[in-house]
Amino acid sequence: MSIVNDAKQLAQGLVENVVSTAVALAPDSWIPGGVPDPLIAHRHGHVGKPISRVDGALKVSGAAPFAAEIPVDGVVFASLVYSTIARGRIASLDTRQAEAAPGVIAVMTYQNAPRMKSPPAFLSAPKAAGGDDAPVMQDDKVRWNGEPIAVVLAHSQEQADHAKSLVHASYESEAALTDFAEARARGSKTGLFMGHALHDEIGDADAAFGESAVTIDSHFTTPRHNHNAIELHSVTANWTGDKLRLHDASQLVAHTSWSIAQMFGMPEENVVVTSPFVGGGFGGKCLWQHQILAAAAARLVNRPVRLTLSREGVYRMVGGRTLTEQRVALGANAEGALKALIHTGTVAKTARNALPEPFILPARSAYASETMKLDVQTVELDMLSNTFMRAPGESVGTFGLECAMDELAAKLGMDPIELRLRNEPEKDPLSGLPFSSRNLAEAWRSGAERFGWSRRKPTPRATRDGEWLVGVGCATATYPYYRMPGGAARITLSADGHATVEIAAHEMGMGTATAHTQVVADRLGLPLDAVTFLYGDSTMPGVVLAGGSQQTASIGASVTAAHRALVARLIEIAGNDSPLAGLSPDQVGGRDAGLSHLEEPGRHETYASILSRSRRESITVEANAPDPLETMHWSMHSHGAMFCEVRVNTITGEPRVSRFLGSFDCGRILNPKTATSQFRGGIIMGLGLALMEETQFDERNGRIMNPSLAEYHVPVHMDVPDIEVMWTDIPDPHAPMGARGIGEIGITGTGAAIANAIYNATGKRVRDLPITLDKLM
Amino acid sequence: MITINGTGVPLPDDLRVTLLDLLRDGLNLSGTKKGCNQGACGACTVLVDGERVISCLALAVQYEGRSIVTIEGLGTAGSLHPLQQAFIDHDGFQCGYCTPGQICSAVGMMDEIRRGVPSHVTEDLASTTLTLSRDEARERMSGNLCRCGAHNGIIDAIFDARQEAAE
Repeated sequence: MSIVNDAKQLAQGLVENVVSTAVALAPDSWIPGGVPDPLIAHRHGHVGKPISRVDGALKVSGAAPFAAEIPVDGVVFASLVYSTIARGRIASLDTRQAEAAPGVIAVMTYQNAPRMKSPPAFLSAPKAAGGDDAPVMQDDKVRWNGEPIAVVLAHSQEQADHAKSLVHASYESEAALTDFAEARARGSKTGLFMGHALHDEIGDADAAFGESAVTIDSHFTTPRHNHNAIELHSVTANWTGDKLRLHDASQLVAHTSWSIAQMFGMPEENVVVTSPFVGGGFGGKCLWQHQILAAAAARLVNRPVRLTLSREGVYRMVGGRTLTEQRVALGANAEGALKALIHTGTVAKTARNALPEPFILPARSAYASETMKLDVQTVELDMLSNTFMRAPGESVGTFGLECAMDELAAKLGMDPIELRLRNEPEKDPLSGLPFSSRNLAEAWRSGAERFGWSRRKPTPRATRDGEWLVGVGCATATYPYYRMPGGAARITLSADGHATVEIAAHEMGMGTATAHTQVVADRLGLPLDAVTFLYGDSTMPGVVLAGGSQQTASIGASVTAAHRALVARLIEIAGNDSPLAGLSPDQVGGRDAGLSHLEEPGRHETYASILSRSRRESITVEANAPDPLETMHWSMHSHGAMFCEVRVNTITGEPRVSRFLGSFDCGRILNPKTATSQFRGGIIMGLGLALMEETQFDERNGRIMNPSLAEYHVPVHMDVPDIEVMWTDIPDPHAPMGARGIGEIGITGTGAAIANAIYNATGKRVRDLPITLDKLM
Repeated sequence: MITINGTGVPLPDDLRVTLLDLLRDGLNLSGTKKGCNQGACGACTVLVDGERVISCLALAVQYEGRSIVTIEGLGTAGSLHPLQQAFIDHDGFQCGYCTPGQICSAVGMMDEIRRGVPSHVTEDLASTTLTLSRDEARERMSGNLCRCGAHNGIIDAIFDARQEAAE
């Protein structure tokens, strides 16, 4: 697929370039967000209040139904067998013993699996969801070490798990490329991300670097990571005639429905995907082979099939973040003004997917360097396809960039915050677009004050507490505002004044239903309990990815569009007897459970009154969000200033994060309580990235060596100090509700802030993640 | 028979069935979660005669005659246990998947403190009375993983609920 898809992406990219030039030059008022969302000015409603989660009681009582927990009559249980070679073919596959085991209904292999097309890989079409585009159990080929080769189906999980140990496979191995250095030696090519080459240049950066008064030139490496959501990937597939229902754990229900329909050659509406609660996603709960295998197996045995991956299974067949090798070379004059910013390097992917970890994204808009050279090279390995994981690009890219900025500050003898402020750009350094809203300097100022940055001792190893060395560090956090096309929403208003919003969105911990209940209540002028927010069902309107920190913007713009349609409809049916008679939708707003004239609030009629006069039980409207042209008209990014204190043991080398503060500029915060959790959650995953997380990949045979939560270390309670977060709360005038996304920015900058603090504590620059104690002894 | 949330339940016929799978697949008590099935994440924590047990590493037949309390037995959405309410108040969760295990674990943990059971961070091992410091809580809750990063809220909730219990 690589070549075809690359060509398709490139063509798409060229069209976008032409369109984006036109959009950049258009007047603000033509662009979504050109007229600020009226909710931004509405400061005394539900938005901005620290409301507890609307689904909190369900979650704390264990009553929230996750994918594996929806009762389905007659369900059978599946267990998977995984390949043990990286590349080749299955020479023999003996399933007889397994088939004869107690309780076994069938064993599905490439020999008897229903025929299906390959999954459409994510980014290859608007609703494509596949983690990659490899055929799913259709032939005897083995494409990675850990690829599923058999599905055992039995009446109980115990029976299936036992029987899978009785499946015997032998292989004919072919030469596999699993060694990163060897792949790089054979040659790399420029990465392509969402249709655009991951390569940018301003001026002659190499020349400017050579002429700079002060330079640093450092290499950084980051390992593979796994999402490790605590909920195992689970799906129940149930066919009724030619209709398929999937109870899934998904961050993209509409994409999954369309993609599976393509594979089975069915109409999209015949594949219904529901996912009311997702037990953590972080980019990992998309479409991988398990949903497809469950659907195929359910068709094969004509019974509903439940497939829950083992923890090892998640590592074997759900991709994670790939490794990166980065060079950051910075050149500055003696005053610290950047003359050259070079951020280049290489990442591994597969021939079957479209995600070269785009680690240069932060450098694209971070600093006003006179010259710039950014480049991501890719090599293709025979491995499980890598994928998006929280802040793809920014999480690991800020590690290289922001550690390098700290090194430059040290070399200049300058405070690292001062260095960053001196290089604040006035407009987007690459595109030249104006920023929609950028208050990073304010985030630095207020954060530094709260953290007590002025007490920092710039010389390393200057603070000791017994056998512990103490240091502080900082780094910039950054993540773009995205809003993807395809948003749509339906609003039903009933005669008792209750509004129900439906959108095919997702809740995996972000507090989606809570925040949008607040937003809808304010927009319609209703109390919170008069709003129901429904989501997580592919039959609802909208193609909404819970990813890219864009779901809130997508839902916000969709509901705004539906609300406008609702108001127009209400005015129409209100008729000439209403105090609203003669007004246009632009002249009225939601207030006190009804509509009122924006300038004469006395001209008001309740929804109940309008509906009852027109003898209607309810009205329903549906509308599509406008295309996200705002991202081509403004440079839209969230930012943060990250501060960290670490303690490093002089005897064991053990590093501990003792204090952390994130000071964010992400537009308006819709719910301070759930937002705090989002920020902290990102920071804690960043703490893991800095100090402990690594998916260990055996370069000899392409097998993941630590496929368990005992051997892949994520931060535990004892690793997590009290984390402070604060924010500017300055609304972005061009984003729905004034809010940019907050789900991913916390993991950005955190790794660098920790590494920089470790340098301040110990005098050691560790440029290879994770910073484990052996690197500090 | 095993007693689960006060009700007698027959032992499974298949000796391989874990306590976790008996709860989830056999009894539809899906509040107890499966996060790894190998004792590494703590999502399946339940209380057996008041003590914390990782139910994925426990065969159901081992628990004949014992009394199990799951999250459903601690409180329901309409009638929450004080710790469940504290988790909501302090946003001690995001996705909610590890939450029942965290709550059951915290209930068992607070009882360990009351009984004077020391931990790795207990300074005076000879002391019979323990105080619940934040580090004691963190150390003792470290077997319950949370990937959403709700650690601060969880510890806050535990302290809040302890306060309430003391009053």
